[in-house]
Amino acid sequence: MLKIEDLHVYYGAIHAIKGVTLEVQEGSIVTLIGANGAGKTTILRTISGLERPKKGKIEFMGTDITNLPAPDIVKLGISHVPEGRRIFLGMSVLENLELGAFLSRDKKSNKKSLENVFDHFPRLYERRQQIAGTLSGGEQQMLAMGRALMSKPKLMILDEPSMGLAPILVLQIFDIIEEIHKQGTTILLIEQNAKMALSLADYGYVLETGKIVMQGRTSELLQSEDVKRAYLGGA
Amino acid sequence: MKKSTIINLIFVLAIGIALHLLRKAGFINGYYDHILTKICMFIIAAVSLNLINGICGQFSLGHAGFMAVGAYIAAIFTKNPGLIIPEAIAGMPRFFVALIIGGLMAAFVGFLVGLPTLRLRGDYLAITTLGFGEIIRVLLLNWKFVGGASGYFGIKPYANFLSVYVLAVITVFIIQNFITSSYGRACIAIREDEMAAETMGIHTTKYKIIAFVLAAFFAGIAGGIYAHLMQAIMPRDFSFLVSVDILLMVVLGGLGSTSGSIMAAIFLTLVTESLRRFQSLRVIIYSLMLIFIMIFRPQGLLGGQELSVSMLKEKIKLLFGRIKPEKGYASTNGTE
Repeated sequence: MLKIEDLHVYYGAIHAIKGVTLEVQEGSIVTLIGANGAGKTTILRTISGLERPKKGKIEFMGTDITNLPAPDIVKLGISHVPEGRRIFLGMSVLENLELGAFLSRDKKSNKKSLENVFDHFPRLYERRQQIAGTLSGGEQQMLAMGRALMSKPKLMILDEPSMGLAPILVLQIFDIIEEIHKQGTTILLIEQNAKMALSLADYGYVLETGKIVMQGRTSELLQSEDVKRAYLGGA
Repeated sequence: MKKSTIINLIFVLAIGIALHLLRKAGFINGYYDHILTKICMFIIAAVSLNLINGICGQFSLGHAGFMAVGAYIAAIFTKNPGLIIPEAIAGMPRFFVALIIGGLMAAFVGFLVGLPTLRLRGDYLAITTLGFGEIIRVLLLNWKFVGGASGYFGIKPYANFLSVYVLAVITVFIIQNFITSSYGRACIAIREDEMAAETMGIHTTKYKIIAFVLAAFFAGIAGGIYAHLMQAIMPRDFSFLVSVDILLMVVLGGLGSTSGSIMAAIFLTLVTESLRRFQSLRVIIYSLMLIFIMIFRPQGLLGGQELSVSMLKEKIKLLFGRIKPEKGYASTNGTE
């Protein structure tokens, strides 16, 4: 579904991504793990058109999206839940969600998406009139995910959904990711919480300073001594 | 149209008719008439600047420049019968056509200024628009056809209270509709978080330019009105300080609030006029007043809220405790 080939991204003179090749199969959950500064977020931002690669190719369902502007990429069916949630703090929950369906003019289908989001996140329904900035961290994460769902994405990319959340909430968020996946949305997930990510995903990539150093089925990665030592805490 | 919009419109028209009747009956003399017209002009300018600075969150300092374009273009058309517009269109109709041409020119110039700068994030727009305003002023200073530094004289006083009031109502109506449309929501999303807006599929540059051009258009209209109100215009009437004056109205009224901009435009114009008798002290009083307002009310008069007839009614009812808050309030606590 999504194919990245030999991707190179620079921030000025800094070579942030050094030739990354990866693939996300339709219907799967793929995770990208790695330490701070490995370049995970940069890869996601490049996929959704927020950064421009210097070299390489990104293909989504047969379309070359390497240099498409961000709105066109959303239109093709990729929805990005950005790092740090980035919800519209001054707007109500409902307004945030409505903006998620900005590109769709079909009122009926937007209403359906909204109902679907409220099914996943009953909490958001309770708080739909509340100003987003007054939500708790977990609720804000739910809102960011709900907002991304509003565009009915084929591929949802999530940038550290567990960041800054209490363990119980992390579990809840991951349950919801699984639910969304079961409904037929392909997921590309970035996590620092490698254990959680690897137990949810089917396939994983390990990123170190801009390069993929390891990849494989998550069941294999969970057994790998290197991964255990570096990311799972313990031998 | 929503019911509340209609109520507001009726209310606004009632004020207009009342003021007009007072003028006809002789209660409002020529001086006050002039001030009322000026207020309406500043309302157009402030409400349009609010669209860029308050709604879109882009910091523009070039409103005087757009007003200058509109003022000179409109004046050229009303002063030269037969220029492009057929001579048969004369008097008031010609004034309106000239205003629209002035506005369109200002919008076009706005597009040229906005296209390269609105692609960027940050303070570039402020710097570019600041420079743009000065460039326009210097160009006008050296344009002999419109009198250069000595000014452009003999413009007919077409801008009377009634016509400008109607123009102000139309402006507010159009801009308010823009703000509540999906275009407006895109602009607000850009103000709140440009990157997040982009991931929603909002073409940020496009929406910023649309808002900027629309605002420039109405600034041009305001300029055209200014020319036909003062009957003589000079390049220094459109200096940087005028942009700052209008910006003050927007900030004082509360960034993002159309009704706030309107109230601040009325308030600041009245203050400026009433301080005239203090002559040079006026500047000091004016600035002190602004400093105090900003200390005690940093979010502006309305702080981003909108004032409307239905909202006032609600507030008054709450004040007298005759009714409980409506259901709409209860649902915010999730207790439906």
